[in-house]
Amino acid sequence: MIDLQPLWLSLRLSLVTTGLLLLLALPLAYWLAYSRYRGKVIVEAIVSLPMVLPPTVLGFYLLLAFSPSHGFGKFLDQYLDIRLVFTFPGLVIASLFYSLPFMVNPILSGFKSLSPSLKEASHTLGKSAFTTLIKILLPNIRPSLLTGIVLSFAHTIGEFGVVLMIGGNIPGQTRVASMAIYDEMQFNPRGANLYSLILLILSFSILLLVYLINHHFSKANPLP
Amino acid sequence: MTNYTHPHTTDPPEKDILRFKAAKVLNTAHGKSTLDISFELARGRLLTIYGPSGAGKTTILRILAGLTDIDEGFIEADGEVWVDTTQKINWPARKRSVGFVFQDFALFPHLTVKENLEYAIPKGGSAKIVPELIEWMELTALRDQRPNQLSGGQQQRVALARAIARKPRILLLDEPLSALDDNMRWKLQDTIIKAHRDYNLTTILVSHHLPEIFRLSDEVICLDKGRIERRGKPSDIFLEEKISSKFKVTGEIIDIVKSDIVFIVSVLCANTVVKVIATTEEAAGLRTGQKVMVASKAFNPIILRME
Repeated sequence: MIDLQPLWLSLRLSLVTTGLLLLLALPLAYWLAYSRYRGKVIVEAIVSLPMVLPPTVLGFYLLLAFSPSHGFGKFLDQYLDIRLVFTFPGLVIASLFYSLPFMVNPILSGFKSLSPSLKEASHTLGKSAFTTLIKILLPNIRPSLLTGIVLSFAHTIGEFGVVLMIGGNIPGQTRVASMAIYDEMQFNPRGANLYSLILLILSFSILLLVYLINHHFSKANPLP
Repeated sequence: MTNYTHPHTTDPPEKDILRFKAAKVLNTAHGKSTLDISFELARGRLLTIYGPSGAGKTTILRILAGLTDIDEGFIEADGEVWVDTTQKINWPARKRSVGFVFQDFALFPHLTVKENLEYAIPKGGSAKIVPELIEWMELTALRDQRPNQLSGGQQQRVALARAIARKPRILLLDEPLSALDDNMRWKLQDTIIKAHRDYNLTTILVSHHLPEIFRLSDEVICLDKGRIERRGKPSDIFLEEKISSKFKVTGEIIDIVKSDIVFIVSVLCANTVVKVIATTEEAAGLRTGQKVMVASKAFNPIILRME
């Protein structure tokens, strides 16, 4: 038998990351979709950076930032007594960066696909930007929200390079499923096989579920 | 560019009037152009903005609704200052008492007809008007349908009802009937006239459809390249054009006026209005909106029914 703890840790990391990402990505995607500020392309590029960057590069810079012997990490360590390197909270923060584009981009393209007159109509009906977002925009981009949530979740589950760099392999803290596979591979290929199979089935089921639900949405409620 | 002064400095604030003065540089497909418009409109009037595409018709409506900002100018509705660039006043769209019917209707796809109307009711406001509007617009059978299940004409009625539900001062209609067939147009023009009268609205309509303009408007503003070319009653604007009498042309009747013992029938052929004299018997079979053929027999054009 294999140790299930890495799998639970992966699930926990993905859930926490996805939840926080949703709160973070919604205002960010809204701003990117509707702001007339010209500098937003720079922000857009930064958001998408983790998609093209090797995770180890991201991990390296985060390690630098979190390290207690340098600026930001030192500040956290000395004044707030927070250590992010080789800890679960550190992994969560790293995952937020790592999976950010997978949440922001679907929501952003959801906003962009809506006719601008929907938002404008809501405003001329006397509704605030917040009411419009909650009552008009979000219900009409449900498929995009779902895609963002699931992609971020699945992407975080499969995270390896960043964890390797800043999380290490501490059981119960930072030893997630992908780390366990790497570890087992050296001594116990059978365990690695089992972990891999579980991850494969899990990822496939999640994606299948999303496509099923999206298919249902687009049939039941086709957008104009 | 015109020098802008606040209306209050020259006149006392007037109730029951809409004052509009706006200058804006527009970035269009054909480069930069300026919009420089000013007009006043008494409460309860129906004004049509007419002009070629790209003249800035829709922009005027958007500026009024607060969806597009201006560079200089002011908007005052019934004594309420919505925009005054000299005093940095610029009310957001949601504070302005405006009903806007968009060209694409902009119905909320996830809400039913009834919910679309209810959304327009202000917080704490009475939703009594919703069933009233549903009945009045003949939407009772469709009240629980989603917009994508409705035809173009039905969607148009919902959009109109939703714009009125908030009981706005000003109703703005951006070519609301352009996507509909002639029959539907005719019916919905009646609805617009009725809404305009029953709810005591000041209405501004963007349209390029002459029969529609004749039926609906008290006044017309002709817009070209961001400026007002002419303003007046529809008959003043469109009927003074040179009377042409080409051999055999088809068109649509836009006006029938009795003059002594004969009727003067105005027929829109392509873009010219042709005036034709018809006897009482001939006129009896004609109505506005009908498609007819105008043919020239010797020197006097005669008019023949086509349907």
